[in-house]
Amino acid sequence: MKITSHAFKANAHAAMGNRTLRGALERMETGGFSAARVAAVARLPEFDELRDRAVEIKNHTLAHLDFYLERFEREVLAQGGQVHWCATAREARETILSLCRKADAKTATKGKSMVAEEIALNPFLEQNGIAPIETDLGEYVIQLADQPPSHIIVPAVHLNKEQIADLFLKHHAQYGKTERLTEAQALVGEAREIMRQKYIDADVGITGANFLIAETGTTIIATNEGNGDLTQMLPKMHIVISSIEKVLPTLEDACTLLRLLARSATGQESTVYTTFSTGPKRPGDLDGPDEYHVVLLDNGRSGMLGTELQDALRCIRCGACLNDCPVYRSVGGHAYGWVYPGPIGAAIDPLFIGLEEAADLPGASSFCGKCEEVCPMRIPLPNIMRYWREQAFEREVTPLSQRAGITVWAWFAKRPALYRRAAGIAVAALALLAGRKGRLRRVPFAEGWTAFRDLPAPEGRTFAQQWRAQARKRAS
Amino acid sequence: MSTGEHIFARIRAGLGRGPLSAETVAQLESRIAAHAPNLIPARSRVPEAERLALFEQMAEEVGTTFAHAASYADVPAALLAYLCEHGLPEQLRMSPDAALGRIPWNVEPGLQIARGRAEPADLVGVTPCFAAVAETGTLVLVSSGERPATLNFMPDTHVVILAASDVFGTSEDAFAKLRAAHPGGPFMPRTVNFVTGPSRTADIELTIVRGAHGPRRLHVIVVRDSGAPP
Amino acid sequence: MRKTARPQVGLFVTCLVDVFRPSVGFAAVKLLEEAGCRVTVPEAQTCCGQPAYNSGDRRDASAIARSVIAAFREFDYVVVPSGSCGGMLKLHYPALFAGDPGLREAASDLARRTYELVSFLTDVLGVEHVDARFDGKVTYHDSCSALRELGVQAQPRKLLDSVTGLHRTELPHADVCCGFGGTFCVKYSEISGDIVRKKAASVVASGAGTLLSGDMGCLLNIAGKLKRDGSPVAVRHVAEVLAGMTESPAIGDARP
Repeated sequence: MKITSHAFKANAHAAMGNRTLRGALERMETGGFSAARVAAVARLPEFDELRDRAVEIKNHTLAHLDFYLERFEREVLAQGGQVHWCATAREARETILSLCRKADAKTATKGKSMVAEEIALNPFLEQNGIAPIETDLGEYVIQLADQPPSHIIVPAVHLNKEQIADLFLKHHAQYGKTERLTEAQALVGEAREIMRQKYIDADVGITGANFLIAETGTTIIATNEGNGDLTQMLPKMHIVISSIEKVLPTLEDACTLLRLLARSATGQESTVYTTFSTGPKRPGDLDGPDEYHVVLLDNGRSGMLGTELQDALRCIRCGACLNDCPVYRSVGGHAYGWVYPGPIGAAIDPLFIGLEEAADLPGASSFCGKCEEVCPMRIPLPNIMRYWREQAFEREVTPLSQRAGITVWAWFAKRPALYRRAAGIAVAALALLAGRKGRLRRVPFAEGWTAFRDLPAPEGRTFAQQWRAQARKRAS
Repeated sequence: MSTGEHIFARIRAGLGRGPLSAETVAQLESRIAAHAPNLIPARSRVPEAERLALFEQMAEEVGTTFAHAASYADVPAALLAYLCEHGLPEQLRMSPDAALGRIPWNVEPGLQIARGRAEPADLVGVTPCFAAVAETGTLVLVSSGERPATLNFMPDTHVVILAASDVFGTSEDAFAKLRAAHPGGPFMPRTVNFVTGPSRTADIELTIVRGAHGPRRLHVIVVRDSGAPP
Repeated sequence: MRKTARPQVGLFVTCLVDVFRPSVGFAAVKLLEEAGCRVTVPEAQTCCGQPAYNSGDRRDASAIARSVIAAFREFDYVVVPSGSCGGMLKLHYPALFAGDPGLREAASDLARRTYELVSFLTDVLGVEHVDARFDGKVTYHDSCSALRELGVQAQPRKLLDSVTGLHRTELPHADVCCGFGGTFCVKYSEISGDIVRKKAASVVASGAGTLLSGDMGCLLNIAGKLKRDGSPVAVRHVAEVLAGMTESPAIGDARP
């Protein structure tokens, strides 16, 4: 996808003027996943303890990531599958392409995968004569619309029913569908019908993985639609694309993390389908893929170990941080300009696409901390964002005017006597400007503030001045 | 060095260490071999007598429907009743599962049963069930030559025959049963499907719609007679 | 920690109170003295350094933090009428100096002795009610730092409920950010404006005549928006009501 993170402010401005998007965001805020998550968590008294346990499991796994990945590979091979290690996005794309060519594939059905988005797989396959077919309804819709996902769990949430109906009318004419549908049920039904033959015709099915299990060489997907299952069981080749930090030691460890995933993502007790896939079809099986390939992607994860970013490797891609972020709620996912939006995007996008490109993402946060509060894996998201701000300041990615402003202000703050005098002057000036009105509609150099709110006027003298005056009075 | 080895080298560099010692490796392998469950919520630690009720309550919340058969002999009538109630055809695709095959289906001669993997035209699929998880109202289906996984996803309606004695508290319990069936060796089939209600999506304006790609209807016939299947 | 009959408290005024609303500082002093403390206001304080810290200027933040640590070394307690500055001293100073063997201990020591004002009264001094009167319907906004960094939520509600004549109603979405976020509100002003618009709507929806909170940043932000909208809702720092010092105009209101 085209990276537009550098244009975050312009994107945000456009987003706030986009009535359809704002309607969708309001729908999310009032009737969406945040409240459902709260209810689901309230229903499970052990939720916080489970978070602690999950953090321990994940930290332990990351500390021994080489061991667990090696064991995973060994088990996949023992079950008749193959593992392909890819250091970069390019290697992963080329590996998947060569596998598709090996299967003589013309089409490849796809389950939802953020990693596939990260490596820009779809355009690459298309350029090479293979048609990727998104099967998750939300991903299918944005594929028709030629847009990137705007949310990790519900990628088409920024579109309304009317827009989806228009897309279906336009793109389903080729299947003989000429009626413009108006009800969600009918739209889903039409997509189901059209997709069914595509599942059957596909030569290759590509899914992501929510977790990898070292103990058994198993890959796990959690879906609500069943699309990931039809994608993997019908074609002759199943390709799993996963980043390396998804591995867990045992099935029991996966059971623990699965208790957190759906509750945090949508407030469900469990996703409708959680599928544990181990290898290709077995002798005697009547269905299932003949070949099972796991493509394991590094693409910067190994470089996160031992740094301030390591905690972000615990992410299970639930999207809870997006749902509760006041910034995401104002501007939606596309404003962030790349694959991962919201607080997790602010934390990891600068690593993937560069700080020069993505500096506004960790910048555009009030550090309210809600993301960290709802994160099932206790990722210290504001701290990671602050780390990027430090990098931006030191590497002079932050504009000179901002750095100078802070430096000047800090110069005064380090000199109490000068600070007191300067503050006294500023306060007197502002109070004079405000007169009896008590507030200012316009303040020089403060357009950012006054564009949207008045500035309450200072009382006239600083606390320090009054306290000193009182102390003199007490002493005399 | 292969790509894999390069990646491992970078992992170790990030972690500030070299390859793990044999002792540590042994410890890690023991941790895996022990596959200990972690924290189990109190809700799932229900006594056996209450497990079925909890399972049904959780499953009904997400749209699973239930019927009860006193014994396997009563299953055909229960299935026919369900099909009639919903105006569904009597053509069924059934798992070629030996135990399921021993149910006296011929007491309901109207039922037309084909066995095998799912075909595109199949509207009703009937499968057995390995286990159920009361904590979340989840069915655990395990693939094999006799239990093709396509039957869990392709037909519009999925009917599951579940023994009440196979209802457990947690997913950990279901995996324990699976491990016990293959002691000391590989125990994972090609696919283990956890199914919690009919297929759904909220991708259109966050409205929940059933039957996205998987089955629109999920119906469970619970057989109470905890004796072995016929 | 030295135990004395009268706790020796160093008041960390905060730069926003110092500049915009000194009466909050005086309210804090009154509350602390009435609860039996001896209050000192060290002169060598300007700011906690959070603006530099959150802008990524670690060097200036550390320099300012060092002076704060030095200025407040001698007190039993350091009390702050702000969750945001309180959180800076209590959580972020130790983080700033975690790798500094010289200052690590001093930063942790300061952190141990630092408290947000209202929770200090309830949790440390055991204050259960205040002798104040306020006639009116009031609602309370939780500042993000007070809530999530310092666990302040029940305490201000408890003390407000002890104020004679005061009728408190819960603010819808009380725990949702107001959009201030320090430099965030000017650097990303349009987004901040949208967030405070929602907060102001919640305040109006509550039906309260007065909005209270424990952080001047939030209060200036929300009051500024309410006044821009022409709303009659009065905005004050919670300390003003608890100390019974509400004769002066509310934040952003005209002087009679």
